Amino acid sequence: MDIDLLIRQLINSLNTGSIYALVAIGYTMVYGIIRLINFAHGEIMMFGAYFAFVIATSLPVELPFFLIVIISMGLAALMGIFSEKIAYKKLRTAPRISALITAIGMSLFLQNFAQLLFGATPKVMPRFITAAPIMIGNTAVSMVTVYTIFMSIIIMVLLTLFVKKTKAGKAMRAVSQDKDAALLMGININRIISLTFAIGSALGALGGIFYSVAYSQVYPTLGVMPGLKAFIAAVFGGIGNIGGAVLGGYTIGFIETMTKGYISSKWADAIVFSVLILVLLFKPSGILGKNVKEKV
Amino acid sequence: MKKLLTIALTLSFVLLLGACDTNDNIKLGVIGPLTGDYSMYGVAVANGAKLAAAELNADGGVLGKDVEIIAYDSKGDPTEGVNAYNRLVDKDGVVALVGATFSGVTLAVKELAIADNLPVLTPTATNPDVTLDAPNVFRACYTDSYQGTVAAVFSKNNLEATNAAVLYNSGDAYSEGLADAFVAEFTASGGTVTEYTFSASDDDFSAVLANIAASDAEVVFLPAYVAEVGAILTQADAAGMDIPFVGGDGWDGLEADYAAVAEGMYFGNHYAKSDTAQVVVDFVANYTEEYGEAPNALAALAYDAVYAMAAAMEDAGTTDSTELIAALTDLDYQNAVTGSIKFDENGDPIKAITIIQIVNGEHVVVDKVEGN
Repeated sequence: MDIDLLIRQLINSLNTGSIYALVAIGYTMVYGIIRLINFAHGEIMMFGAYFAFVIATSLPVELPFFLIVIISMGLAALMGIFSEKIAYKKLRTAPRISALITAIGMSLFLQNFAQLLFGATPKVMPRFITAAPIMIGNTAVSMVTVYTIFMSIIIMVLLTLFVKKTKAGKAMRAVSQDKDAALLMGININRIISLTFAIGSALGALGGIFYSVAYSQVYPTLGVMPGLKAFIAAVFGGIGNIGGAVLGGYTIGFIETMTKGYISSKWADAIVFSVLILVLLFKPSGILGKNVKEKV
Repeated sequence: MKKLLTIALTLSFVLLLGACDTNDNIKLGVIGPLTGDYSMYGVAVANGAKLAAAELNADGGVLGKDVEIIAYDSKGDPTEGVNAYNRLVDKDGVVALVGATFSGVTLAVKELAIADNLPVLTPTATNPDVTLDAPNVFRACYTDSYQGTVAAVFSKNNLEATNAAVLYNSGDAYSEGLADAFVAEFTASGGTVTEYTFSASDDDFSAVLANIAASDAEVVFLPAYVAEVGAILTQADAAGMDIPFVGGDGWDGLEADYAAVAEGMYFGNHYAKSDTAQVVVDFVANYTEEYGEAPNALAALAYDAVYAMAAAMEDAGTTDSTELIAALTDLDYQNAVTGSIKFDENGDPIKAITIIQIVNGEHVVVDKVEGN
């Protein structure tokens, strides 16, 4: 086996995995708080990429990459908050299936809205990070990959600290455990839900930006496949569990890249989806998911 | 009484509508994806056809009448294409079809056209089946397999490669058709080829590109469309690959968005914008003046197809379908933008392919290669 090639493919899978993990966190956080699978999350990711594209190409001044990323994440966070306030809030007490269908509707709406705004033709994402590739042994690793992997890891660590150590994080965990009890303890549930959507959407947008910079294009259906795979990653790791989403993201990225690299691109999606079925057969709550006993 | 009135009104309305359609122009139908993901292809075809019609009309028309182009949207979808075809034939009464733009759509309307005995000259449908068993169907472009063969000849003779990699979209007939022909020709002339695939939903090509970079391939044949080619070349560039890529006519227009990553790459095309032949220079100048952008190969092919159709009509002296089809069969239209148009027994053109290298975002003609 060619060791350089293996290293190369491992780096590729870290890159893909980081993006899936970032997006999967959004799915899992929203599910943890309001038990909703937010199918519009992939579209928030797509809009994040479009925000960065528009800021980079239409402003007269050239902003640094970090600023573009932060503004785009902020806009996506607002978008997440508004989508929750408009579409999901009223359905909090409705049957879960109604909220799910609304989320699918939201997803299609945002996709078509993007098509109206930006047109269907793929736009070429500016190459924000043009620095020369760095060498690891004999393997050239592009700076985009380096940024993607390291920024993702840093942000995931920060998020874990936020959820574990801060008061808002504690409130978030409380709401996810028992909404009514949290309310009785004086936690402003609406604010916590908005905060969750904001964080999830901002991370999704970051994933979208990295995705479109690495793979060079932005288009209205950009969020569909990576969104679906990130969702699988979240379920794989145990939906509702942030660590699980990260684990799931990297695992799915690894399986996909290795299949493409060592078996065939034709099989990549088939194998990824089979893994989901297998995991659900043997461990329905996901790798890190808890078994929830149904109360009778 | 009320019923009678309704019927009378409806009838007069229908007659009125009918009356609108009876002008004296020679109507040519165009079908192509005018909106959606592939609109750049359909719009180019419609524009090229309209430019040719405008020039013909300024020059006195065909058979003393004006040529009118009626273009309908297929969105690249066979069902929509059939709807457009029915509208062109039943409502507009076209005498011939210049289209459809895509192979899939052309295949869908082919059987209808055979039943209607309608002359069809598709400017751009490259799938081999399009002209098979259809005496009324012709094309102005060469076939998928012919392009693949020429790319193999070029890689072998001009680039002196003996090991090649082929990277194609396994879910796309165009991509697979070119790849198969390339593999057949390259292997037949003593080279070795490794095949790699991707699928239409892929955005991440890093894994497969890493495999190609690690192999001993001296050239990569990449038969795909601009959006995919652009993404693949960008990622190849980011990964520091320096193997030349060779492509087919699906690469046309690549330099607009991807000049930097496509620098030095080769592709076979129907014509080169930078060609110095007078007809090409005039066409490029007129098209640019009319539409504000340089024409791509699809526009050139549609332009030629309309001229070829007009030449056949002049030869036949009528627009009657049977005689027009006979005239097309014997047509030898020299001096076209994309080389001469003369059909073999299937209705496929016999022509050389222009091999272009992308240098500083411009097309440079490297060679003109024939496949056989």
